[in-house]
Amino acid sequence: MNSLGSIRRSFAPWADPAAKPYISFDGVTKRFGDFTAVNDLSLTIFEREFFALLGASGCGKSTLLRMLAGFEEPSAGRILLDGQDLAGIPPYRRPVNMMFQSYALFPHMTVEQNIAFGLKQDGMPKAQIAERVASMLKLVKLEQFARRKPHQLSGGQRQRVALARSVAKRPKVLLLDEPLGALDKKLREETQFELMDLQQQLGLTFVVVTHDQEEAMTMADRIAIMDKGEVRQVATPAEVYEAPNSRFVADFVGSVNLFEGTVSGNGGNILTIAASDGFEINVENAGAAADGANVWFAIRPEKVRVSSRAPEGSGANVTEGEIWDIAYLGDMTIYHVRLPSGRVVKASQVNAARVIEDALTWHDKAWISFAPDSGVVLTA
Amino acid sequence: MNASWSRFNIASIVLGFAFLYLPIVLLVIYSFNESRLVTVWAGFSTRWYSQLLQNQGLMDAAWVTARVAFISASVATVLGTLAAIALTRHTRFRGRVLFTGMVFAPLVMPEVITGLSLLLLFVAIGFERGFMTVTLAHITFSMCFVAVVVQSRLLTFDRSLEEAAMDLGAPPVKTFFQVTLPVIAPAVVSGWMLAFTLSLDDLVIASFTSGPGATTLPMKIYSQVRLGVTPEINAICTILIGVVAVGVIAASLVNKRREVQRLRDEQAAQRG
Repeated sequence: MNSLGSIRRSFAPWADPAAKPYISFDGVTKRFGDFTAVNDLSLTIFEREFFALLGASGCGKSTLLRMLAGFEEPSAGRILLDGQDLAGIPPYRRPVNMMFQSYALFPHMTVEQNIAFGLKQDGMPKAQIAERVASMLKLVKLEQFARRKPHQLSGGQRQRVALARSVAKRPKVLLLDEPLGALDKKLREETQFELMDLQQQLGLTFVVVTHDQEEAMTMADRIAIMDKGEVRQVATPAEVYEAPNSRFVADFVGSVNLFEGTVSGNGGNILTIAASDGFEINVENAGAAADGANVWFAIRPEKVRVSSRAPEGSGANVTEGEIWDIAYLGDMTIYHVRLPSGRVVKASQVNAARVIEDALTWHDKAWISFAPDSGVVLTA
Repeated sequence: MNASWSRFNIASIVLGFAFLYLPIVLLVIYSFNESRLVTVWAGFSTRWYSQLLQNQGLMDAAWVTARVAFISASVATVLGTLAAIALTRHTRFRGRVLFTGMVFAPLVMPEVITGLSLLLLFVAIGFERGFMTVTLAHITFSMCFVAVVVQSRLLTFDRSLEEAAMDLGAPPVKTFFQVTLPVIAPAVVSGWMLAFTLSLDDLVIASFTSGPGATTLPMKIYSQVRLGVTPEINAICTILIGVVAVGVIAASLVNKRREVQRLRDEQAAQRG
């Protein structure tokens, strides 16, 4: 496991300009009548990558997956897999397999027969099929359920049969359409880690479609955030969270406070923004922005500090407000602080100590503050 | 539940069932009548059943009917299933509404019209009437019943099953025979049984389209009744009722048992 971990840490082919993409979408558009589900989309995925397509329903992520599987043909553009153009290749001749959201287990076949189905289509010798099926059953820990029919299984077991069936053929790419959508929360969390281990063990390329950002963040090497048939950002989970490229992405992934303002100073590596809420924001390493440009400053709630006394230091990155709401979640507390401008700022604090002295309560005066390197400046 | 059984309820149920089944019960009872006269009871006997086997005309008609019903039901099932698939799957082809209407029109078309139009067709193209024409006519009118039954099953069919099969490497034809057909099989079988029964008891269309040497059982019974009801007719009708009743009861018992088993399995699976 140790070696796998270190492989994973150093796995970043997207940062290597010499790396050859394994799957590439090249200007792909898909129209259904007047509706454009996917709009001139280009995207590259690398071998052995765990790639997530994240977006709200109707953003085109499932259509993208179905085009890769061969159930839909692009209206324009090309899809390449390992250098081969997939155009015109029917689903049953593509070296990809899919795990369906509904699992799509064949109800008239046993677990064994379901897993063997794909292998039989390839004309694999019987003995070899039996061997492969047995190893798949072992992989998903369903040995004692081999002879059961799908309706005799629980939801979690069905999900594992679907998984075993879709990896049994050792596809070049495994497509997963909302793989954990039908499971309850606890099972979903366990299964996320199982999927990650499985991907490492088999060394396959996974492309997963999900609307659950936590799921995407946990499992994926890189995430593509989709909206209205377009990719808004492709990056690692940490980059997507800490360095979103637009207000849409910042708002879509996690929770965020957005301050609108104009650039008022540009000294050294410090950018100064006059926020419309009446205080000054200094940002370190924000990149260049012209004086007077309209920008947004985005900061995550856990990076905002709340205190009952004015913090020491310069006057920037500090403002005063009133405690508007408090949500105690056990591990952390979320404060909503209302600024004089009417904006409500979210701040979360980890409850490191059991008893908090000087606790804030409703309608207390409070100061919010943050470090100059804790947020990002967005222009879109 | 028993508390709500008023006299009125009981009376209406008794009347209703009497209305439905009294004629049939009478027919069954008189088929065991010793007397040659149909309406006079003269003691229990099974002589009309044994006599039936000697009646070459009736036996021939029964054999013709069985063959017509078997062949027409089988062909109608194939055609009806294909029609149902075309109608549910290719939702965007030109003239789908018209085609749907045309497939289902025979359901409400008076049999006399179906029979007459088929007769005119056979005469026009010089098709000699007989076994073939009855069979063809039965295929025509029963395939739409099959289409209705199969279509209603296909509407709830999860298309991702077929996609999964193709995704795993099965070409469309293999997918149909290995996944689609087995899953919709119960509907196809009940479509076949419906077509078989429809053909078995059709009189009107058969009268129009049949010819010499291809008299079906209902035609034979009808022509004999016109000369007077004989106990033999009662006997053969009782056998028919028996066959149909056993078929229906067996089918529903099998279905029921499967459903109960399924429910039990699912509950067991949920418990872990």
